[in-house]
Amino acid sequence: MLLLLLALFVMGALSTLLAPSQQSSADTGTSQQVTEGKALFTVQCASCHGLNGEGQTTAVIQGPPLAGVGAASVDFQVGTGRMPMAQGGVEQAPVHPVRFTPEEIAALAAYVATLGPGPAIPNPEEYDTAGVSQEDIARGGELFRTNCSACHNFEGAGGALPGGKYAPSLLDTQNVHIYEAMVTGPQQMPVFNDDVLRPEDKKAIIAYLNDLHSRPNQGGLNLGGLGPVSEGLWGWIIGLGSLMFFAIWIAAKGVKAK
Amino acid sequence: MARPAATVSNAPIVQAETPKKELGPVFKRAAPPAEYLDERLGIAKLSRPFIRKVFPDHWSFLLGEVALYSFIVLLLTGVFLTIWYKPSMAEVEYEGSYQLLRGLTMSQSYESALHLSFDIRGGLLVRQIHHWAAALFLAAMLAHSLRVFFTGAFRKPRELNWLLGVALIATGLIEGFAGYSLPDDLLSGTGLRFVDGLIRSIPLIGTWAEFFVFGGEFPGDIIVARLYMVHILLLPAIILGLIAAHLALVVYLKHTQFPGPGRNETNVVGYPIFPVYMAKAGGFFFIVFGVLVLMGGLMQINPVWEFGPYNPAQVTAGSQPDWYMGFVEGAIRIMPNWESHIGGTTWSWNVAIPGLGTMGLFFGLMALYPFIEAWVTKDKTEHHILDRPRNAPTRTAFGIAAMTCYAMLWIGGGNDLVATQFHVSLNAVTYFLRVAVFVAPVLAFMLTKRICIGLQRSDEERLLHGAESGIIERDPSGSYAERHRPISQGEAYTLTQHRQNAALMPAESDEDLSDGQLRRENLRRRAGRFYFIDDLRKPTRAELEAAAHHGDGDGHDAIGDGHDGHNGNGHNGNGNGHHSIEAGATTSGAIPSQTQ
Repeated sequence: MLLLLLALFVMGALSTLLAPSQQSSADTGTSQQVTEGKALFTVQCASCHGLNGEGQTTAVIQGPPLAGVGAASVDFQVGTGRMPMAQGGVEQAPVHPVRFTPEEIAALAAYVATLGPGPAIPNPEEYDTAGVSQEDIARGGELFRTNCSACHNFEGAGGALPGGKYAPSLLDTQNVHIYEAMVTGPQQMPVFNDDVLRPEDKKAIIAYLNDLHSRPNQGGLNLGGLGPVSEGLWGWIIGLGSLMFFAIWIAAKGVKAK
Repeated sequence: MARPAATVSNAPIVQAETPKKELGPVFKRAAPPAEYLDERLGIAKLSRPFIRKVFPDHWSFLLGEVALYSFIVLLLTGVFLTIWYKPSMAEVEYEGSYQLLRGLTMSQSYESALHLSFDIRGGLLVRQIHHWAAALFLAAMLAHSLRVFFTGAFRKPRELNWLLGVALIATGLIEGFAGYSLPDDLLSGTGLRFVDGLIRSIPLIGTWAEFFVFGGEFPGDIIVARLYMVHILLLPAIILGLIAAHLALVVYLKHTQFPGPGRNETNVVGYPIFPVYMAKAGGFFFIVFGVLVLMGGLMQINPVWEFGPYNPAQVTAGSQPDWYMGFVEGAIRIMPNWESHIGGTTWSWNVAIPGLGTMGLFFGLMALYPFIEAWVTKDKTEHHILDRPRNAPTRTAFGIAAMTCYAMLWIGGGNDLVATQFHVSLNAVTYFLRVAVFVAPVLAFMLTKRICIGLQRSDEERLLHGAESGIIERDPSGSYAERHRPISQGEAYTLTQHRQNAALMPAESDEDLSDGQLRRENLRRRAGRFYFIDDLRKPTRAELEAAAHHGDGDGHDAIGDGHDGHNGNGHNGNGNGHHSIEAGATTSGAIPSQTQ
């Protein structure tokens, strides 16, 4: 009896040790999904990333190696339309309409996840902001201003980076993609791993952005949310522009001295 | 040239009778109190010269009024803001109604700005009106100064008023910046950090100056209170004083006017302040106020709650100053990173040259320009008739070149937004501007000068050949020609009344002149040649007469006009038989004129 218990314990311990961790597998990827993903990858991605995702760094058409980028990276890059890129040679992958169905993206992600361990696609409860408290949202704002606004601007409207690169606008970005971007650090973005920003911090930041963007614009039209440059532009055009018309009208009014 | 009046000698003599003057309802009510005050204070005698002052009508003369009225709006809204604003950098925890910042520690000034925006009835509206009015105040001042520059209104006797204007723009700029820094939000704190760097870049004494201003290291805890004093007391008082002096000089020196028939250097053609301009200006004040209220109500400006409290560890993309500091920001953004260490000192050329240098150059050149031009022209006469910009091509070209340089710096100040909005590389924008800031003004100068001279040619064309009528005629031989209609005498006067400066060849050595004087004179003449040698000489009297006869030659000789120009060729009749129209045009201009 004791022996049986011991055997069970050992088997249990072994299975926790030996079973592949959630991190390295793509979204409970079945082998069927991986096969589909590989087929799709060969057609759609291999010309830049190499037939086995090993990357091409010396050829005319270049693409980074994909071992270890993880399923989250694929879901972000393909799910926001950044991949497949129309052509190489530009500083940064621009956003295009999404080319694949969610199933195809999942298959691609599952395949790429098999190339090497990397961040997995986050579970919905990790980025679902439904239950976040007001205190956490305010804390998310502070975290956003500390870590994100330097590139993405105070409203998340985006900003310029050196050499033609840029931090994109976050106004229409889905929660899952914001989370994945923080985990994988696409393009110029640094990786904010769970030691830097804990999962609840990431959630708070996403909650802050959602709250900020769903609020009514106190004070009127936000003029692009770009700060004093657009304010100055509209101040000149609307303010001085309209008053010049009024001045012309007033000067022409009444008995006119020629 | 006036039509002879019909005289009827045998008409019955009628006793002229002035009808008894009936006062309107307003004046009837206003009369007794006015009389009361007049008997005690003598206001009628005091105000008569002022209220009968004549002002000419032109929309561009109202740009300065826009600035004045927005300043009044600034005073009114500013008083409201001071009631709620707390100029303190003491740390407090926010417990107000803006959910997204609750529980954060922040300075009391930022908390009061949030309180003002969210918990005071009308607070956000007034704050936004105040901010828009500040943007408009400086924009209107700058636009007004451009009007004054391009029309040559800064010439004698108004050079000192020009200097007052330059001082107003400079103080307005600092005043605006001080106000921008008060809310102590992330953006204003970043702006303050910029100025901190600017102060530190002053060679040798920078660090001491920084400690003097901030009371220690940046940000310290007194700068907001100090800026508050500067913003609500010191600078507004200086601006008010400057405005008073500026307006007093406008009244004393009289307003300039555009050239035209009946207008000369000794009169002002227009309407008196009372009642015409009082009504127009009063109405315009309410329009300016109304536009500002609409802007404050409909267009968000400086959403401090989105920036968050100032924290030296944070920054946001798109951190820019308000537009009027944009040219300094741009100069710094496009400057190469030059720095040298001499002995134990650091010389930050990368900040000192574009930061302090650009502002110094901008205001210095602006202040000096009237004196430079007066030296070149050696012109000691008074000018009350404005130049048409095309008739001073070099000055106009200088103005456009300066505007172009300013615009390049402006673009530099927003280089990140240019990069993101137009999808170009930030570095490319910066490298382009490093060249363009020097090259574009030169191109603008040449282009503007050519355009001005082209416009002078089109004036000459109208004078010598008349206006295009749009009627195409075919002569018996089959060729086509457009019939030209002679222009009115009034227009001809307007096109020819300006004085032209001569471009002089270098002076020969002379016993009256010492070597130094000769050198200076020749330098002046060289500048004069640069200024005036390309001007299109306006047609002479003989050319105009010949052209008139050539035109249709119906037997009328050129008629003396009574508006003797400086050079004696004034304007000439074009003998086209349209006397009644010309007479009408001339007299209608002459009636309201008043010699002051």
